[in-house]
Amino acid sequence: MNLESILGSVAILGGVGMTFGALIALANAKMRVEEDPRLDELSDLLPGANCGACGFAGCRAFAEAVIKGETPPATCTVMSAEEREDVADYLGVDAGAANRRVARLLCAGGSDVAWRKADYVGIESCAAAVAVAGGGKGCAWGCVGFADCAVSCDFDAIIMSPFDLPVVDVDKCTACNDCVEACPLDLFALYPVDQHLFVQCRNLLDGGAAEEVCSVACTGCRRCVQDAEPGLIEVRQGLAIIDYEKIQLENPKAVERCPTGAIVWIDGQQFPSLSEAARGALSGAPNQPRGAVA
Amino acid sequence: MFDALSTLLRGGFSHGVHPPDHKGATAALPIRRMPFPEEVVLPLSQHTGAPSRLLVSKGDRVERGDKIGEAQGYVSVPVHASASGTVADVQLWPHPNGSWSEAVRIAVDPHSAQIPRPRLVPRWDDLTPDQVRTAVQDAGVVGLGGAAFPTHVKLKAPEGTKIELLLVNGAECEPYLTSDHRVMVEHPERVHFGIRIMMQCLEVDRCVIGVEMNKPDAVERLNATIPSDLDVTVLPLRVKYPQGAEKMLIKAAMGREVPSGKLPAHAGTVVQNVGSIAAIAEIFETGYPLIERIVTVTGPGIRKPSNLVIPVGTKARDVLEFCGGLTDDAREVLFGGPMMGAPQPDLDAPVLKGTSGIVVLTDAEAKPRVTYPCISCGHCLDACPVFLNPTQLGKLAQAGRYQEMMDMHLADCMVCGSCSYVCPSNIPLSQMFALAKGAVRREQQRVREAQEAERKASEKAGAAA
Repeated sequence: MNLESILGSVAILGGVGMTFGALIALANAKMRVEEDPRLDELSDLLPGANCGACGFAGCRAFAEAVIKGETPPATCTVMSAEEREDVADYLGVDAGAANRRVARLLCAGGSDVAWRKADYVGIESCAAAVAVAGGGKGCAWGCVGFADCAVSCDFDAIIMSPFDLPVVDVDKCTACNDCVEACPLDLFALYPVDQHLFVQCRNLLDGGAAEEVCSVACTGCRRCVQDAEPGLIEVRQGLAIIDYEKIQLENPKAVERCPTGAIVWIDGQQFPSLSEAARGALSGAPNQPRGAVA
Repeated sequence: MFDALSTLLRGGFSHGVHPPDHKGATAALPIRRMPFPEEVVLPLSQHTGAPSRLLVSKGDRVERGDKIGEAQGYVSVPVHASASGTVADVQLWPHPNGSWSEAVRIAVDPHSAQIPRPRLVPRWDDLTPDQVRTAVQDAGVVGLGGAAFPTHVKLKAPEGTKIELLLVNGAECEPYLTSDHRVMVEHPERVHFGIRIMMQCLEVDRCVIGVEMNKPDAVERLNATIPSDLDVTVLPLRVKYPQGAEKMLIKAAMGREVPSGKLPAHAGTVVQNVGSIAAIAEIFETGYPLIERIVTVTGPGIRKPSNLVIPVGTKARDVLEFCGGLTDDAREVLFGGPMMGAPQPDLDAPVLKGTSGIVVLTDAEAKPRVTYPCISCGHCLDACPVFLNPTQLGKLAQAGRYQEMMDMHLADCMVCGSCSYVCPSNIPLSQMFALAKGAVRREQQRVREAQEAERKASEKAGAAA
């Protein structure tokens, strides 16, 4: 091999490289998209969970919306109050009112109060259990306790209580909607955190029949209807239903005469005592679906 | 011998499994009549399609055979009182599918003779096919093999198809069950009478009854009673599960394949369960609607296995009690056979029109098994009667990749359980597929509803503008 061919090939490759390099440089100058320099920095300030709870397609899309002023920083429910202030300070805008929502479980029928009529043996997931003859729980509407929600939660906000009932940690919940979608019985729903009055039951049976399957079931006795402001609560098909359009009328008096404790006044943490017990039982172990009832 | 040879040559259907049939306990037991229980519970949704509309209210007196629920739409049938008595209540009641649904509770009158009101028995040979269909729908007849699809819908060839052959399903391939077997042995004339009515209604001149070879007495009795003016062939089939599935039976009896997503009519046939045919014959013999059915109560967990005529709506608890009760090691009560039957969490669930058997399994059969990882042995591929790839589908199901499963023809899976049955790692493939199918169905429903809402919103906006 002579020197000429070596130099020749270097020159050709170098020439090709230079030409394309020049083309790229030109394209870069011509087709440049101006991006707000604040976008990258703001994205760093956001939690980066990409949970979608704000309603935007991930944290970066949310950052764009905040910069354009389309939504206040408070729409992100994952940030703490200080982090929200940091974002607001950085952009020089008002943080906005935190309209924080949390997931609430509309069932209180843990294994201590709701009995099983049959054992379920099969794939250990709520969806699979519910597909097989309703999962074997006496109450066909209640939580079956295989922790699909806890598995779906990205923030470790749901832990299973010793009675196989998921407990949502009100401080960790970001209202991302994952548990709402995971539950095959639609027992989770998102509510503003400052809303207090809930019927923790979805059972459609009346009176004694309801109590027979679960001691904390709503029996449709209408006492809460009488005690609450008119129109706030009504009983349909054996179940008390709260009209959340009129929630500003809520009042702890409605729960006082409930014979089963199905209607509750929640201040912050749902199932406060269970929550303590669940945290104790968990003691740092990661969320795992619990074993089938053998 | 010749029959066996011809079946071998025909080849039956490919794949499938050979579970032990366990039919010995009840195959030779004559059908007995169970006395009326104290109460019958009749859910308004006992069939595939729209539930019936309630016609009675609490306190009403009803006679056996009275209509208590009206069909709502074409794919729906009425519900009739299966015993004379008083409507005790209309309320939510455990349904054999595991949910609670609206049901009519009738307190049976212990002094009643339980004779339906006198009624005109329609003369089948004077009726047009449309009138026969109406009579069948009015009598509340559904497929008695288990799926409970309204029979009258299948009595008409869909647009663009031509029915050449009536195929009667006497395969009864589910282990343990013998109710169809006993109907064929004890009432072969009734079966042939039903076939005559259906052949006239469908305007076909040929009929084949497919019967598995483990029921030689049924083949013999049916053959001995074929009316001379009917072209009916009794075809013995090699014993294999799931022979009683429509598409498998068509493959085995006619050598034709029903295209994916199509009906048997597209292969030129209609398949009717032999029990449904006998029920149709009964309408035109007695005028009574479908208010009772033959149920095999069997399994190692029951003390006195029996073939019984049971009023529809009798609670499982009463039936089991009549059959001597459960043994001490009874563990699982199934409506239907062990392959596709529905486990019952609540013994208050009533026997429905589609309940072909009650099978009670003991600890020995129903014990939980340890699941091991898939070793890709391919046994499930050889078992799947619709030629799917359960190995691959199972892996996709575990990853929740349901759409990819649909691309691999999950829709053709009929959840027959053959793959689960042969899996050496005890992987519950069948349950995973049922789950995946449910998830896909719900997702499609959600999309449909969203589109509907969008369409309505845009219409409204259009109207406003």
